[in-house]
Amino acid sequence: MRPASESELANLITGRTSPVIPCGGGTRPIGLSSAGERLYLDNLNRVTQYEPGALTLVAEAGTPLKTIFEILNEKGQMFPFEPIDYRGLLGRDGEPTVGGMVATNSSGPRRVKVGACRDYVIGLRFVDGEGNIIKSGGRVMKNVTGYDLTKLLTGSFGTLGIITEVALKVLPAPTHAAVLLIEGLSEKLALQVLNRSLNSPFEVSGAAHLCSGVDGQPVTMIRLEGFQSSVMYRVEELSKFFEDSVSITVETDPKRTREGWEYIRDVGPFQNREGDVWKIITKPSEALLLVEGLRESINIEVFYDWAGSLIWALVKEGTNLRDYLQGLNGHATLIRASDGNKSHLEVFHQQSIMELELKKRLKNKFDPGNILNQGMVL
Amino acid sequence: MEMPSSNSSIINDKDRLIGLFNRILSADSVISDPYETKAYECDGLTAYKCPPLAVLLPRTTEEVAEILKICHEEKIPVIPRGAGTSLAGGALPTSDSVILGTSRLNNILDLDIENRMVRVQTGVSNLSVTEAVENEGFFYAPDPSSQLVCTIAGNIAMNSGGAHCLKYGVTTNNLMGMKIVLMDGSVMELGGEYLDSGGLDLLGVVCGSEGQLGIVTEAVLRIIPKPEGARPILLGFDSNVIAGNCVSDIIGEGILPVAIEFMDRLCIQACEDFVGAGYPDVEALLIVEVEGSAKEIDEQLDRIKAIASRHNPVAMKESKSDKESKLIWLGRKSAFGAMGKINDYMCLDGTIPVSRLPDVLEGISTLSKKYGLAVANVFHAGDGNLHPLILFNANQEGELAKCESLGADILNLCVDLGGCLSGEHGVGVEKRDLMTNQFSRQDLELQMRVKDVFDPDWLLNPAKVFPLEISMERRLN
Repeated sequence: MRPASESELANLITGRTSPVIPCGGGTRPIGLSSAGERLYLDNLNRVTQYEPGALTLVAEAGTPLKTIFEILNEKGQMFPFEPIDYRGLLGRDGEPTVGGMVATNSSGPRRVKVGACRDYVIGLRFVDGEGNIIKSGGRVMKNVTGYDLTKLLTGSFGTLGIITEVALKVLPAPTHAAVLLIEGLSEKLALQVLNRSLNSPFEVSGAAHLCSGVDGQPVTMIRLEGFQSSVMYRVEELSKFFEDSVSITVETDPKRTREGWEYIRDVGPFQNREGDVWKIITKPSEALLLVEGLRESINIEVFYDWAGSLIWALVKEGTNLRDYLQGLNGHATLIRASDGNKSHLEVFHQQSIMELELKKRLKNKFDPGNILNQGMVL
Repeated sequence: MEMPSSNSSIINDKDRLIGLFNRILSADSVISDPYETKAYECDGLTAYKCPPLAVLLPRTTEEVAEILKICHEEKIPVIPRGAGTSLAGGALPTSDSVILGTSRLNNILDLDIENRMVRVQTGVSNLSVTEAVENEGFFYAPDPSSQLVCTIAGNIAMNSGGAHCLKYGVTTNNLMGMKIVLMDGSVMELGGEYLDSGGLDLLGVVCGSEGQLGIVTEAVLRIIPKPEGARPILLGFDSNVIAGNCVSDIIGEGILPVAIEFMDRLCIQACEDFVGAGYPDVEALLIVEVEGSAKEIDEQLDRIKAIASRHNPVAMKESKSDKESKLIWLGRKSAFGAMGKINDYMCLDGTIPVSRLPDVLEGISTLSKKYGLAVANVFHAGDGNLHPLILFNANQEGELAKCESLGADILNLCVDLGGCLSGEHGVGVEKRDLMTNQFSRQDLELQMRVKDVFDPDWLLNPAKVFPLEISMERRLN
């Protein structure tokens, strides 16, 4: 199915009893839907409003992010949360869409400073499971008028409604960036340094550690962004955190800094590698202990973003990582695996029975016939 | 404004019901003497008043759960209340309801500086969170004007903002997790001590739900390293419209100050008389604050001055010391109190896209003349969150109704310009009956279904947010 408009989509859903799978660009096949006919949104592809002076952009769900980024670039603005481009990791072609980004609440390295995708979605329109066209939020930056259904829909993987239009807050893009590259730190030291940087007033906007960088050495990355003189000032201040014996390279070339963080954002280290990929979210101070525990039990390769709050892990296919994560303060999502393993291991983390029950009842209110992305998330 | 008629069988059964609460709470946690409950008859929206049946002030999550079990069993409406500073009537009781106050849930449970978060009981005041972490060089970002007294519980209920949320976001952007008690007494944790919960964002929908989905007893809050320094500049203009244009230009040129506040002449004078903040004598005033090292601040202020200069400012005055900065902010944060000295007022909270500031200011001025009631403007210009203050005389018959009607017209104007009824105060009872102007019946039906899931009997803060006629069936069932 390929509706030409929101109203046509609503008509398709009204009275329908057989399941559907809403699709944006098809570049984020993370969850697993048990059954359904694909519903493509690529005809809903217009940027309906962009007001740089009001820091807001409204676009139909099927609008390619590429189109939006071009428009934002022209005015020196951006989606600050750096949505992940999963094509490399998941081996997909096609164009990621703004609807897919919102439905999966996708955020990259800058999330640690500026917040997640869900913090920038200020309104949306969607078609619920009964075919009603629903509006929530708006296109203003502050809004407590009624319940925040926008938050509920963001990251709901198409299970509560089919998103047709989204309104996002945008921010000025920084004119300059610098990356402190520190080689050879142990994981323990690296995570300490990253957290110390984030706990400083110097507005660190990226904090990652690769146990094995491009040349095989561990490398720690700290990003600073803003006006040039301010960036250079903060580079100097942060460099004082390190002893003279530590060698620090400061990368300021725009292309290289961008590519470096895209490598982190898009899970570069695990692209074109065999194995399942997991995304683990936890408390920064517990990251290392957790990883050391995993290493004792299984073969695992990791790298850290968000100063350790986010751990990307590569393990042998079919490994049930959650078996080794009892008592995890956070959650683990199986991002890349075969459909068989996804269905057997479950993509999304188990929640408490009470929370699950509540979510099921919510799903039932939005989609009483259970036709939207059956079996996903819940 | 109407409230539903009270259930007389609850009121007639008062003694027995109080007995039930006395069994689970210490004596000082149950207030039922009509002299004492009178103190809880209204919140910051003083135009509407009604004492509750009783006021309950639990000290623990377990006590909250016990209270809710009883109210669930006995079908008693529950009105959650933080410090009672709501300007929208969010904590307005009915005579058959009990107020569940969070004021004694006031412990800071865990300061986790290393991981940039704190866990608090939600009765703590907003400011005390910052006070608890500022020696470590951190602060809690949302800063409503009432931050000295307003509670985190109330902040979560109304998704409160403040002057500095242009850069740091509102409550929902700084809330990582919560412990919530549902109406049936069950307790659950949502989110936690980590970023981004997986699955459906229940945390996100509870925040801003005006106490209608559950009682939040604990919160995990994100704290932020304090900037090296911060300094405001005052920019004065000959007209509101010019000031509005200047705001659009500052933001459009890639500068993101921490705050851009706006005040018009009426408000400037009231604040000046009240605290002597050193504001210039102008038609419209912007307070723009930037952060960073001394040099970074100078650079940003230079850029801002250059932009402002294109709009023929009649005053430009940088703060020269911390003392001056404090005074400038004291003036702004006292605005509501200062206006209260002049007259009774009703404070609105509509929000519009920043680009429509000049249009909305002109529209408000026209409406103000039409009704013959003065309107003072003080608001968060950077994010388009307006606070028009309608001045009226509560003792003069008919003025409140006239004021309400002007307020409705101003808020509908905001909606027409692409905005919304409330940016940070919430809907409460004040804007309840305007909801159908912003939302379709189906939009509201789905929102009400969310409440059905959390509170099937509609006992939590029942007569708020949704127009009475459309929530009637659910409330009476």
